[in-house]
Amino acid sequence: MLTLILYNVTNGLMLGAFYVLMALGLSLILNLSNVINFAHGNFLALGAYMALELTKVVGFWGAFLIAPLLTALFGVAVELLMRFVYRRDPVYSLLLTFGLAFVMQGLMLWWWGPTPQEMHMVPALEAPVSADLFFITWYRVFMVAIVIVTVIGVFAFLRYTRVGLRIRAGTLDLDTVSALGVNVKLLRTFNFTMGCLLAGLSGVLATGAIGINPNMGDDLLMPSFIAIIIGGVGSLTGTLFGGLLIGVTAALTAAVYPAASEVVIFVMLVLVLLIRPRGLMGEEGMLT
Amino acid sequence: MSSATAIAARDEQPLYRRWLPLAVMSLALITAPLWFPRLGGYTALASGVLVFGLAAMGLNLLLGFTGVLSFGHAAYFGLGAYGAGLMLKYVAPSTPLAILVGTLLGGLAGTLFGLLIVRRRGVYFAMCTIAFGQIFYYIAYKWNDFTGGFDGLRGFHREPIGFGALAFDITNDTPFYYFTLLVFAIAVALMGLLLRSPFGRTLRAIRENERRARFLGIPVERHIWLSFSISCFFTALAGTLYALLNNFADPLALHYSQSGYFVIMAVLGGMRSFWGPLLGAAVFWVLKDFLSSALPTEWMAFLGAIFMLSVLFFPRGMLGMLKRRGVE
Repeated sequence: MLTLILYNVTNGLMLGAFYVLMALGLSLILNLSNVINFAHGNFLALGAYMALELTKVVGFWGAFLIAPLLTALFGVAVELLMRFVYRRDPVYSLLLTFGLAFVMQGLMLWWWGPTPQEMHMVPALEAPVSADLFFITWYRVFMVAIVIVTVIGVFAFLRYTRVGLRIRAGTLDLDTVSALGVNVKLLRTFNFTMGCLLAGLSGVLATGAIGINPNMGDDLLMPSFIAIIIGGVGSLTGTLFGGLLIGVTAALTAAVYPAASEVVIFVMLVLVLLIRPRGLMGEEGMLT
Repeated sequence: MSSATAIAARDEQPLYRRWLPLAVMSLALITAPLWFPRLGGYTALASGVLVFGLAAMGLNLLLGFTGVLSFGHAAYFGLGAYGAGLMLKYVAPSTPLAILVGTLLGGLAGTLFGLLIVRRRGVYFAMCTIAFGQIFYYIAYKWNDFTGGFDGLRGFHREPIGFGALAFDITNDTPFYYFTLLVFAIAVALMGLLLRSPFGRTLRAIRENERRARFLGIPVERHIWLSFSISCFFTALAGTLYALLNNFADPLALHYSQSGYFVIMAVLGGMRSFWGPLLGAAVFWVLKDFLSSALPTEWMAFLGAIFMLSVLFFPRGMLGMLKRRGVE
């Protein structure tokens, strides 16, 4: 019984780690550019396929470094397109990323086919940590470690660098930041790219956890939205906790009653909207 | 030109210029079963255009006339479809009752949810509607015994309406098209009356300048809530027709990509015009039907590219562009 609970909590933490990476990227883009990136799950899939192809050439560790960067590079191209719709009604930016999601998914379906593909891990990572806890492989440990390092890195970057400061200020009031002489266009591009980099990274990490197929990111997109709303729009710390919270809750529910594991996330969403509409750590008036 | 003068200008147009397009459109819709199959379509596809047109026009009451973006209207559309289907399958084999129950189910769900989010604005509002809409998708997807799960709800079919000598058999495609057209006409007439009423003008005032509307003493939240609720009722009504049309309700009708389709129909046709979403639905639905049969694997990429191009280059939509040319 204890093993079962531990097994589910581990699964939950792992899912939560994906939610956190996805939601952080989405949240960065949402906070600064006021854009919901529907294609974020497809960026994840793109990162996974890049890793799959690159592993054949440069091995897993090379792919692990290069694939997120290539995904981010594609993000730059997308952001240049997004510039056309920033000043317009939010419906246009939403439809643009919605259309982009279709295009990306369609192209990946066309190029790689619908069958899920397996990627061969480094043998050292595939081994379990101990015989009793067979479900905790070194890969999972590695993954969680990378996610923790990345999250700390992103927060430190936003906290201690000049560009990070500008991004945080832009979240509050982009017009003023622009009036103070910051190149807002460049800032947005950089920020969007950073979000896509996180999506690409989660894609690479997902190669060892989820089967690689064109719509592998779709099931992660909706929980990431909910993580943002629960944590509070505008607050990255909130997004972090929201992602972990729904990951663990969904996994614990799965241990008791598997069919409800998705619905429980939505119940939490409704509860938060009822009791604390601004989200757990959101401030009233942010983006509302 | 401000929109107030635009409205005044439209009211002063000669009578035939206001009624001619409506007459042409009505004629085209009434004769559609005659000419549409000859152009390579089929009657059920024409019924589909009416169904999605009604859903998109319902959404546009909120999107185009109140200026509030919902990206989760598939939930209410799908609830309408499932409500009608479940009613026919488990309770009573009656078409009018199925329509009534489905519409009430979707509309009331929207009304309740609207209460939770009326204070949110812009992208945040849209995000809440997306996330909330997915609840019903997961319920329909997971609850196999009751809703049929991934395969959708089967095992029901539309029933003839009326009694005895007045019975009207709508089980065939063409009679059902006319039945859909009748329901569509009644719903759209209601919507038109609503938008011409002081309530409709108030919604437009909120769209143009929410802060000013608030200063004028208009209870903005209540109006947005009402608009959301009414638009959900119309979309749910369309959903019931969708279930009757296919004799089937599928979980994809509840999925957020379906919500995106409704939004793109409204934008493609022109979200600032009353009939725009119907035109958008016609173009979109026929195009999707053609693309998905001609290019079974690549259609998604093409459809997405069309979305992106129309957003980038035709943000006003087809009727919006026509209108602008007409005014200038």
